[in-house]
Amino acid sequence: MRSSGAVVLSVVLVAGCRLAADPPPGAAPGSEAGERSITAVSYGGSYARAVVRGYHESYTEATGVRVDLADFQGGLAQVRAQVEAGVVHWDVVDLSVAEAVSGCDEGVLELIDPAILPAGPNGELPEDDFLPEMNTECGVGNLLFSSIFAYNREVLTGPPPTRLADFFDLERFPGRRGVRRSPEAILEMALMADGVPKDRLYEVLSTPEGLERVFRKLDTIKDQVVWWDTSAQAPQLLADGEVLMTMAANGRIFNAQVLEGQPFVIVWDGQVLNRGQLAVVAGTPRLEDAMRFVQHAARAESMAGVGRYIAYSPARYSAEKLIDRHFETGTEMWPHMPTNPANMKNYLMTDWQWWADHGDEMLERFAAWLAR
Amino acid sequence: MTSQESPSVGQPPARPLWRRALGPRLRAAGLALPLVAFVSVTFLGPMLSLLTKSFHDPEVADALPETMAALRGWDGQGTPPDEAFAAVAREFVAARTERTLGRTANRVNRVVSGMRSTIMGDSREMVDAAAAAEAAGAVTDGAFWRETMIAIDPRWGGPEPWRALEAAGQRFTARHYLKALDFERGPDGGYVRAPEVWRIYVPLFWRTFLVSLGVTLLCLVIGYPVAHMIANSPPKRANVLLLLVLLPFWTSLLVRTTSWIVLLQNQGIVNDFLVAIGLIGDEGRIAMIYNMTGTFIAMTHVLLPFLVLPLYSVMRSVPPAYMNAAVSLGATPFQALRRVYWPQTLPGVGAGCLLTFILAIGYYITPALVGGQSGQLISNMIAYHVQTSLNWGLAAALAALLLGGVTLLYVVYDRLVGIDRIGLG
Repeated sequence: MRSSGAVVLSVVLVAGCRLAADPPPGAAPGSEAGERSITAVSYGGSYARAVVRGYHESYTEATGVRVDLADFQGGLAQVRAQVEAGVVHWDVVDLSVAEAVSGCDEGVLELIDPAILPAGPNGELPEDDFLPEMNTECGVGNLLFSSIFAYNREVLTGPPPTRLADFFDLERFPGRRGVRRSPEAILEMALMADGVPKDRLYEVLSTPEGLERVFRKLDTIKDQVVWWDTSAQAPQLLADGEVLMTMAANGRIFNAQVLEGQPFVIVWDGQVLNRGQLAVVAGTPRLEDAMRFVQHAARAESMAGVGRYIAYSPARYSAEKLIDRHFETGTEMWPHMPTNPANMKNYLMTDWQWWADHGDEMLERFAAWLAR
Repeated sequence: MTSQESPSVGQPPARPLWRRALGPRLRAAGLALPLVAFVSVTFLGPMLSLLTKSFHDPEVADALPETMAALRGWDGQGTPPDEAFAAVAREFVAARTERTLGRTANRVNRVVSGMRSTIMGDSREMVDAAAAAEAAGAVTDGAFWRETMIAIDPRWGGPEPWRALEAAGQRFTARHYLKALDFERGPDGGYVRAPEVWRIYVPLFWRTFLVSLGVTLLCLVIGYPVAHMIANSPPKRANVLLLLVLLPFWTSLLVRTTSWIVLLQNQGIVNDFLVAIGLIGDEGRIAMIYNMTGTFIAMTHVLLPFLVLPLYSVMRSVPPAYMNAAVSLGATPFQALRRVYWPQTLPGVGAGCLLTFILAIGYYITPALVGGQSGQLISNMIAYHVQTSLNWGLAAALAALLLGGVTLLYVVYDRLVGIDRIGLG
């Protein structure tokens, strides 16, 4: 509802902006500021609320440009479709690094000048302050998120799962599994659970034998899998008892734990970390406002704002220091962050270069595997 | 005006008869003009342009013109001449800098899976090599690029990637149709059937055909007695019954489909009821949705009116006296039904079944919502390629095959039963 409303609204606004492109003679510059708006696209639900609090609101305050929020489920399909059709109604999109790099290679995202990145609160230089590999040609890093698996303590009452391999162990833990309907992270998890060493994982995944191996592993749980499409579905499946365990984005489980008091437990073993970026859709008629939005979101304060609502680690060192407790509940945030050393005993960092080059092939293979 | 409308007697008509008839005919045709225009603009035009995409795909040819020219004389054995190396390097490096190579690589990848990563990965190093060569003032001719590219990725020293480029560069092509029939390019460049694990479309076509057939038969078994009952009820009761058939017909498809989710899901009403009366244990809840069962139940429900209504109107025109006559002449009720009533309702059965079957074969929303993974049909794959993978050529080829299949069925039906025997009452 919200997203389609925002799309309609933004289409109307595109038309409005085109009409308003030539200001009437004599109009003072900036007099129409109250009517300007951009559309920022994100994953909806609790994460969308966090980014609205984190930097959408303060951006509007600072610039007078309204931010319309639209939801999507990741991926480049809609961005490509808009650019190809020449009707761009999204301006800023939340993407994984791999998606942003793919989109950059295809020219559907705008290049972002690193010079626009703001310094940290104590004058920290952006090149030192951002975590490694956070920024690419078309994307500015905003956070690190993690794909983990979680269970509901009220449903899974026996001995608890502790290792990634338990997710694939239907003998010791019989019951349905929630998995995102996407090859991302689940391919890595399946191979790790199958005993492939982490440093050779993408090498194995690049071979036909490796691909066969990963789908053979997934075959072992396929008829027990409940596929979900939107991140918010994962905690819902757990709460309803529809699944025994589910793969999820760690922040969604955190929100269910902290805001709704759900007895969920995250298994951090074998977590797959990934970098999230903001990117600007190529050819947007609101380029300047969109770039200013990205610049605003790249401030340490913005990242800390998000990190005080949802447990995703910020992309800057200076922002880490600004995060302590949850804004509403006062929960300590760091124990829930994916980059907390206690949660990083066995983790995999997503190889964005590999996914940028192989992502579309994996989508195709995955769709074929699902269909058979 | 008046003199033309009432020509005086004996005077020859001013214009030949056919010409005089032309005006009114044209005017009558003019009434249909808005419809013709509407159908052409909103239906025929887009359909033809999409179907064209199934065999016309100029994108790679337009993106890599020099490469395609250099590959023209190549016999497909070993490696192409040095010019091809130089052309491909020039165009890859240029396209990478202009950020258009990703698109081209996607298109080539649709012909041979794996080419996207080859092109994107190797071209990154080719950009560096070009820059290094320029800085050193080295000559970047075909021989240089042959050596450099094979050093970057030994695959360029074999024919496979070149054949993939050449195939993707064909403007007019059958490759989308071949892919839609689960053929893929073999190592020698010819098309072979895909390994069984990667065959998806032919099994899906089969599944769609069988599900549609099953749903149609189910609708017939359920709908035939219903239509008979309505047709033979007193008018007042018939109206109420007809309303019961039409009511779901008037309800939004989405509402009806999601109601089935409420009813059939694991923690849904039906399962709760079965657990409550002790028929099944809490552990043994039946999976009735997000699988083929869900698709069957929901599609049968949604399509039932399309079978009941034509049947009903045909059955109403069957005089009850025939059945009475048959029975009074000594036929058992079953004989009377089979030999007297059933043949007279055949036009309705034919119309209803054909309508239901054709609607079922293109069904998309219901399987998408309640079909889970195992209940997906070919239309869901077409939607996937239109909306997500943006592979419109393949989507168009799949759609064209589906359209061809339905047309073929229609022709077979016409031959076997005769289309003029279809009656809507």
